Order: sequence, then C-alpha cells, then structure tokens
Amino acid sequence: MQPSGRRPVVDVALQGGAIAVAQQIDRGKVLERLRLRDTGFRYLTRAAAIAVLIILSGIIVSLVRGSLPALRAFGFSFLYTEVWNPVIEKFGAIAPIYGTIVTSFIAMLIAVPVGLFIALFLTELCPMWLRRPIGIAIELLAGIPSIIYGIWGLFVFAPFLQQYVQPFLIDTLGEIPGIGGLFAGPPYGIGILTAGLILAVMVLPFVTSISRDVFEAVPPVLKEAAYGVGCTTWEVVRYVVLPYARVGVIGGVMLGLGRALGETMAVTFVIGNAHRISGSILAPGTTISATIANEFTEAVGDLYTSSLIALGLILFAITFIVLAIARLLLMRINARVGG
Amino acid sequence: MAFSHSPTLYRARRRRNHLTMGLAFAATTFGLAWLVLVLGELFWKGFSGLNLAVFTQMTPPPGSAGGLLNPIAGSLIMTFVAVLIGTPLGILAGTYMAEYGRYEKTTMVVRFINDILLSAPSIVIGLFIYEIMVAQMGHFSGWAGAVALAVIVVPVVVRTTEDMLTLVPDTLREAAASIGLPRSLMITKVAYRAARAGMITGVLLAIARISGETAPLLFTALNNQFWSLDMNAPVSSLPVVIFQFALSPFKDWQQLAWTGALIITLAVLALSIIARLLAAQRKTS
Repeated sequence: MQPSGRRPVVDVALQGGAIAVAQQIDRGKVLERLRLRDTGFRYLTRAAAIAVLIILSGIIVSLVRGSLPALRAFGFSFLYTEVWNPVIEKFGAIAPIYGTIVTSFIAMLIAVPVGLFIALFLTELCPMWLRRPIGIAIELLAGIPSIIYGIWGLFVFAPFLQQYVQPFLIDTLGEIPGIGGLFAGPPYGIGILTAGLILAVMVLPFVTSISRDVFEAVPPVLKEAAYGVGCTTWEVVRYVVLPYARVGVIGGVMLGLGRALGETMAVTFVIGNAHRISGSILAPGTTISATIANEFTEAVGDLYTSSLIALGLILFAITFIVLAIARLLLMRINARVGG
Repeated sequence: MAFSHSPTLYRARRRRNHLTMGLAFAATTFGLAWLVLVLGELFWKGFSGLNLAVFTQMTPPPGSAGGLLNPIAGSLIMTFVAVLIGTPLGILAGTYMAEYGRYEKTTMVVRFINDILLSAPSIVIGLFIYEIMVAQMGHFSGWAGAVALAVIVVPVVVRTTEDMLTLVPDTLREAAASIGLPRSLMITKVAYRAARAGMITGVLLAIARISGETAPLLFTALNNQFWSLDMNAPVSSLPVVIFQFALSPFKDWQQLAWTGALIITLAVLALSIIARLLAAQRKTS
C-alpha cells in the first residue's frame, strides 16, 4: 500500500492508526465527511434513477394535458372519425392510425422473414470469419439516421418504384379479383407501400440482431443431437432452433414493430401526407408521426395543436404497449438463459 | 417425421434444405444490398457537393449557392449541451441500478421503463419538450432542442452504464472494501475505472443516436436561416435543414441536403466505429 499524495483523504482514513494521537480528532472528522459523502452519493444516484421514472410520467402527464381540449371537444369520436379539416376545426384520428398500422404491417411482413433468414445464415451457414463483418454491416443499417432513409426514399427509391415496380404491380396483381383493389390507381411513387418498404429496411437490423442472439443462445447439444439423428440444416432450424428461440424472436419482432410504429422522418418524406383512407396501398396516406411532423409548427388554434398532441398520445400508448410486451418477452428469455 | 428409406422423401428433404438455405443466402444478399444502395447513392450525391464553402458559408436563400455553417454549428452546440445534461444523469442512474440497488424492485421498474424510453418514438419526446418548455416560455429555443436530445441520451447511457458496471467482477469491489474504501469511493475510483471503456462507448453511441435525430428538434429548436448561437432563440440544426431543403423545389437546396446528409452519416459511422474499437479493446485487454 503506497501512500499516494494525490488522494490525502483516503490515506488519512486508511492510515489513521499510524498517525499521532493528536490527530485522532481529525480522523474522526475525515470519517464523518466520508460517511456524509457516501450517503450523499447514494442519494444522488438514487435520485437519478428515479428521474428516469419522472421523465416517463412527465411524458404521459404532459401529453394527456395537452390533448385534453381535443378529447373534450370530440370525445371518443376522435378515434374513429376520418375528417381532418383545420379550416372548420374538425379532427379525427382514424386515417393516421390506419396509415401507421398498415405501413408497420407491410414493414413487418417483409422484415420478419428476411431478418429470420439472415439470422439463420449468420448462425448456421456463414463461415466463421465472415460472421462478424456481415453482422456489423447489417447493424450499420440500424445506425444510419432515419432522415437519410427519408431523403434516399424520396429522391431515389420512390421514382424507381413509380417507374418500374408500381406499373408492374398494377398490371399483374391489380388484375386479380379480391386483392386487386390493394394495387389499384395510378403509380404515385410515394405512398403507403413505399413507406412500408422503407420501414422494412429500417426494422430489418433489429429483427436480425435479436434473432441472431437468441439463435446463438440455443444449446449446441440440442442442435448436435438433431444433426446426429440425420436432420438437415433446415430441419434443425425448423424443429429445434425456432421452437427454442420462439419467445426471444417474438420479443425482437415486437421491438422492431415498436420502432416501425413510431418512426417519423423516413415516413414523412415518402408517405404523401394525405388524410384519407384509401383501399389501395399505392395511394398516398399519412401516419400519426408524419402528421405531427408535417403540421405541428404550422398548426394555428388550440384545438388543432391539441388534436396533434392527442395523436401523439395515441402513438405513445400504442408503442408503449408493444414495447412493454417486447421487453417482458425478452426478460423472460434472459431469465432462462441466465438461470 | 416418420422413419423411411424412400428415396423420394430423402430427395424432397434435400431439396427443401437446399431451397431454404438458398433463401437464407438470398436474404443476406438482400439486406446487404440495401446498405450498398443507400450508402452508395448518398456518397455519390453527397461528395459531388462537398467543398469548402459548405463549411464556411451560411445557408443560402432559395436559388443561390451557400453552405451549412450555421446548421453545423447549431447541431454541434445542441449535441454538446444534450450530452452535458444527459450523460451525468444517465451514469448516476446506471450506477444506482448496478451498484446499490441491483436486486431491488425499484431497479427492475427503472430498467423496464428505461428500456421502453430507449425505443420510444422520438417525435413524442419532441411533443413532451414542446409542452413543458416551448409552450411555457412562449418561444422556440436552442435550450428546448438540447433538452429534447438529452431525454434521448439518458436511456442509452443508463443502459450501457448499468451493463458495464454489472460486468465488473465483484472481487474488485471486495478488494476495495477490504482496504476500507467507502462505497462511493469504491465506485468512483475502482468500478468506474474498470468499466471506463464501456461507459465511453455508451456515450459515443448516444451521440451517434442524437446527431441524426430530426423529429424532436422540429418543434423545439425549430430552425434559423441566419448565424445565431443564442440558445434562447431558434437554432438551426443539420437534420432539420436537410428535411426542409430536401422537400424544397430548389436544386441548390436539394444538393445541400444531400451534402448535409453525407456529413451526418460520416459522423455517425465514425462514432460507431470508434465505439466498436473501444468495445473490442475492452474484450482483448
């Protein structure tokens, strides 16, 4: 134990016994100071932890307060009215809610199978030396800021869809009775489908990385046993890995869904901001987040602002539930892996 | 699966295996293709507009050339303030969860809520700050923008701090306690040092996360066409300028939006690479 000059407080406390009796009183003082400091630090950290809870309750309280005027004016009909007219101050949330759900649904429809297959590739097929680079590359997709996806979607992806993909969809799928309505109308380029596709790319890394992690947590013995009785790689994945990892995969999917529901900028660029529910997914629409981003700074009048905040409250409620389920599921799988 | 020697069944299983493995391969190519497409286009369009004027001139009026100096400065300042507010709060909260109340019920609740905040829609955080700051003060301000970003920083830092402190071996703590170190000193002098690389990684990731955030700034910091470092007034920021310029019909503005997007992406990529290197260092040492 070398006495270092840099921290005299510690040294005095530690070596108090060796110091002359005349300094006994000082030692008591020092210990008292340390005790205070200890208690202070403990309370400080505890206060910071509580602050996290305060932030959340602050969000809820302020959203509820802000949306009261709108909820008072429209009541429950706010949830199922399609009108969104700032001029006559009539507002209803169903068109943005519909857009949010449909775009997220399209995103999950694509991101979940693709993400699962990538995770399967990374854990079962990929040579060891390639696993890290590919894993990192996929995670980079999550690191790209959403505004980049937005500007790319608007200038590159939407024109591409408009020119090549959408006319094809209209000519082929649009002719099929039943689902044809989904692909009706002119190819705008921007719209619900475009937003859903961009969201799919943004959600993909979340689904992939969590699925990969839970796939890797499957005990090798189980897989080896399955290979031992002659299963193919696919059968091992289908009958051993997936059932074992199910809860974690669902958690990852819900986490991705939470992201997709709340994603703002990328969607705002390509959704078209049209307050109506259209049968066709090629048509422009809007989502809750895009509506708020587009209209909030321009909103005049308390009722307009309040309606937008009410939209925010609905969005927060939906994502909160989805994310809470995701976390509960992931906690369950963590408990299993840990215990 | 019934046991069988039937060659057709065997062939079908083989075929199905090949098919799904092919799909897995295709899915990976598909995922990587997006990365190449997005980054490729961004670099192509962004670099062509990258020149010195971007860093020395202000945002131009429509139809003339200019730069991005004021949004770059605004973004840097707001990010700095946000980190200054969010990091201590996050580290302290993470410390409590890992060191004092690791098995307490409070910690469980805070961890759960923190994880939800981690992926909460950032636009909702913008609304929250608008309600408690902008509406109260009566005007948009750089402070409001910085606080909104700080709210996004906190959960990221809490999460990494807690994780990293949990990884510190208890023997280190016991050694510190056995020589009579009070708990607060044990945490700051021993546990923090052992977890330092990981905690810095967390802060870097938080910076990377907020440097591209647009939604919470739209109606807190708003935007400012001119050079202004007054945090009490609206402050310009790169993401908001990109948003505004990209949606404009002017070619000059659109080009600046691409260049700005490239700058942000390069910054974010650099931050995540440094963070990864730091994390890798911790593992090997």
